[in-house]
Amino acid sequence: MAAKAAQVPRLALKDISKRFPGVVANDRVSFAVPAGAIHALLGENGAGKSTLVKIIYGVQAADDGQIVFDGQPVRIGSPREARALGIGMVFQHFSLFEAMTVLENIALGMDNPPPRRELEARVRAVLESYGLALDPHRHVHTLSVGERQRIEIVRALLQNPSLLIMDEPTSVLTPQEVEQLFTTLRRLADEGCSILYISHKLHEIKALCQSATIMRGGKVVASCDPRDESARSMAELMIGGSLKDLSDKTDCTYGEARFVVNALSAPGEPPFGTSLKDVSFSVRSGEIFGIAGVAGNGQNELLAVLSGERQAGVSGSLTLDGEELVHASVGARRRAGLASAPEERNGHAAVPGMTLAENALLSARNRMGLSSGGLIRSRAAKNYAAKVIEAFSVKATGPGAAAGSLSGGNLQKYVMGREIMQNPSVLVVSQPTWGVDAGAAGFIRQAMIDLVAKGACVVVVSQDLDELLELCDRLAVINEGRLSEPMDVKGISIERVGLLMGGIHGASPEGDAPIRPAAKAFAAEISA
Amino acid sequence: MNFDLLVAILMTIAGAATPLLIAGLGELVVEKSGVLNLGVEGMMLIGAVTGFAVATTTGYPVIGLVAAMLAAAAAALIFAFLVLTLMANQVATGLALTIFGTGVSALIGAPFVGITTPTLGLLFPHALTDTPLLRLIFGHSPLVYFSLILTVAVFWFLNRTRAGLILRAVGESDSAAHAIGYPVLLVRYLAVLFGGAMAGLAGCYYSLVLTPMWAERLTAGRGWIAIALVVFASWRPGRMLAGAYLFGLVITMELQAKAAGFNILAPEFLAALPYIATIVVLAVISAAKRGGTNAPACLGKPFRATA
Repeated sequence: MAAKAAQVPRLALKDISKRFPGVVANDRVSFAVPAGAIHALLGENGAGKSTLVKIIYGVQAADDGQIVFDGQPVRIGSPREARALGIGMVFQHFSLFEAMTVLENIALGMDNPPPRRELEARVRAVLESYGLALDPHRHVHTLSVGERQRIEIVRALLQNPSLLIMDEPTSVLTPQEVEQLFTTLRRLADEGCSILYISHKLHEIKALCQSATIMRGGKVVASCDPRDESARSMAELMIGGSLKDLSDKTDCTYGEARFVVNALSAPGEPPFGTSLKDVSFSVRSGEIFGIAGVAGNGQNELLAVLSGERQAGVSGSLTLDGEELVHASVGARRRAGLASAPEERNGHAAVPGMTLAENALLSARNRMGLSSGGLIRSRAAKNYAAKVIEAFSVKATGPGAAAGSLSGGNLQKYVMGREIMQNPSVLVVSQPTWGVDAGAAGFIRQAMIDLVAKGACVVVVSQDLDELLELCDRLAVINEGRLSEPMDVKGISIERVGLLMGGIHGASPEGDAPIRPAAKAFAAEISA
Repeated sequence: MNFDLLVAILMTIAGAATPLLIAGLGELVVEKSGVLNLGVEGMMLIGAVTGFAVATTTGYPVIGLVAAMLAAAAAALIFAFLVLTLMANQVATGLALTIFGTGVSALIGAPFVGITTPTLGLLFPHALTDTPLLRLIFGHSPLVYFSLILTVAVFWFLNRTRAGLILRAVGESDSAAHAIGYPVLLVRYLAVLFGGAMAGLAGCYYSLVLTPMWAERLTAGRGWIAIALVVFASWRPGRMLAGAYLFGLVITMELQAKAAGFNILAPEFLAALPYIATIVVLAVISAAKRGGTNAPACLGKPFRATA
């Protein structure tokens, strides 16, 4: 009997269908996740994964089909019912309340939270045992993406789920943290918890998952054992075609140092922002320079200071081809050839309620002549937007589509295209491929490589170390607002980079060598 | 200034502040849930006239009080149905509710103009109000004590209870609250009903306590001050108490100045003082606050349960 029970899958989906006006998001999707298994759900953006997990978690109702949980057909009408069954979920787009504290957010995600103090003790215990750094009393709006994600993870883990759905959980963690998360997930799986793992990082899926279901266009197109597949073969199953390689960058095409940042300092936004301390680096023509680091270590501040969004209290110098820009406005910087794209595409890089043409106007009006004498040249804006859509194969109905109607990956392609097609001398971007599927990510990376091939330089701020290693010529690690020495990516030690990243949030003493002692402590923690 | 006069002034301040406090706390809860109900003035008038009519007809002011709350809550229910279920524009609907309340209260109240009514008595026996000091402590209408308890209760509810946490969550991010599985619309319905009941109570404070009579537009725009007080208080009940008494002071100054024959400034200016103070205070608050104002992020946005 017991042996038989073990054979019953934890979760079985039978012919799940969901239609939205104009699209079939899920078309008779069936697969099963055994108890204690880590099962990958793979697919490009828009393949229907998100809809499917929303159905499993009770956020949306399926039009057709059946969910069987632990052998029992169930009807999951709400996330509360899902949690009651033992289904936990870590969302890709966090369901967090900005003006509330971490603890309040966690309490809101639980059905029967214990009293405040007890909850705090339990949260601290979970944070400790899974090695996640987070202050339960901070307000969410002061947290970085990575820290926010930790709230979601803790929230789900506190419920002792028997099925945990994870939507892109590792995109903002250091290699050590990813390894720790995997250890945690494997431990959970050993304890009998099933995990439905959604990720674009195929080598992670290879390392973690025992089975995978691949979706395309709302249908299950394949299932496989990721350990027997190559990352490439899975990517090709996902996109339903062959994957293009990034063109090799030819060596030794670097020119002069064009973009030089020297001793740049800026106070953090009170009360919780990270101060930038004495940041220096230079980027040569034809070079892609990476800035790695765990979320919340000054990346947003650095981007804001480089783009010109933040001017108050900034000291140091920032030159492009010898021209001093540290006190120049955003517009002046753009005219000088310094383009930038921030991390948050919806609401920061683009205005969701405005059309793509209007969004083109926002950052490209001067360089592309989209306005003259204070008047908008609508046709030019439309043409430029259309050019971007065409060149970056953005899936949109046209320049008149609202930015908010695009999927995350498509909007990111559009934003990147909007900046790159202005032919900037320097492009500063943050998280250029966050939450973007493999095909689109490759495309965006290739576009950056093509840009530097024309003699421009690119600064990429990213928490995705693999991306930086694939893309960059040199990289440095940002840690509590300080930038490490740049390192050549060729022959770089991933361990060393990871340790530089991981020293963060520790009790790093102010001093001459702020990174190393904390990094050592972190290393000791891992080996312990 | 003798002590008696001071006590009299303090009592007047409490009297003027109480309806602002009650209506303001109601609106504060409504706004914390993410709904902007600009119909406070209308609901206060409906409460005022219903309370007066029922108290006069039955002879029991307490029944009038309950009827006032029910009637104003019923008006709030119409508002809630329009803005929450039908997703009408909250600002326009709130304004319409005020116009509706003004009109309907004048209609219902027409037969009651010029009549007096049994008023709501004091809470404590007269023996306790012999000296001025005792009067200051025990000599208020029950609603004054109620408003103070309500302040503490609303603070406690919002900050210490789970239901309050959920209500704030719904006002902060309706979509996230929905994603977690909270009934956004239900929470908002309940908040709006509570706000309506409190506005009704505040309204009948005018017709059953302050001036035991009915006249058209009896509340004279105080509902608008209550709404402004919510912003003034930056959505915090404690500050709402301070704000209401500050405005009580301003209103009392106007009355006292008139009574004392103070005629350096035009009486119209004095009458306008509370409203001018509202504008000044809001401007100062906005200038003093850099960054977050503690306003609920979803205030006034309609919520459609889809994704």
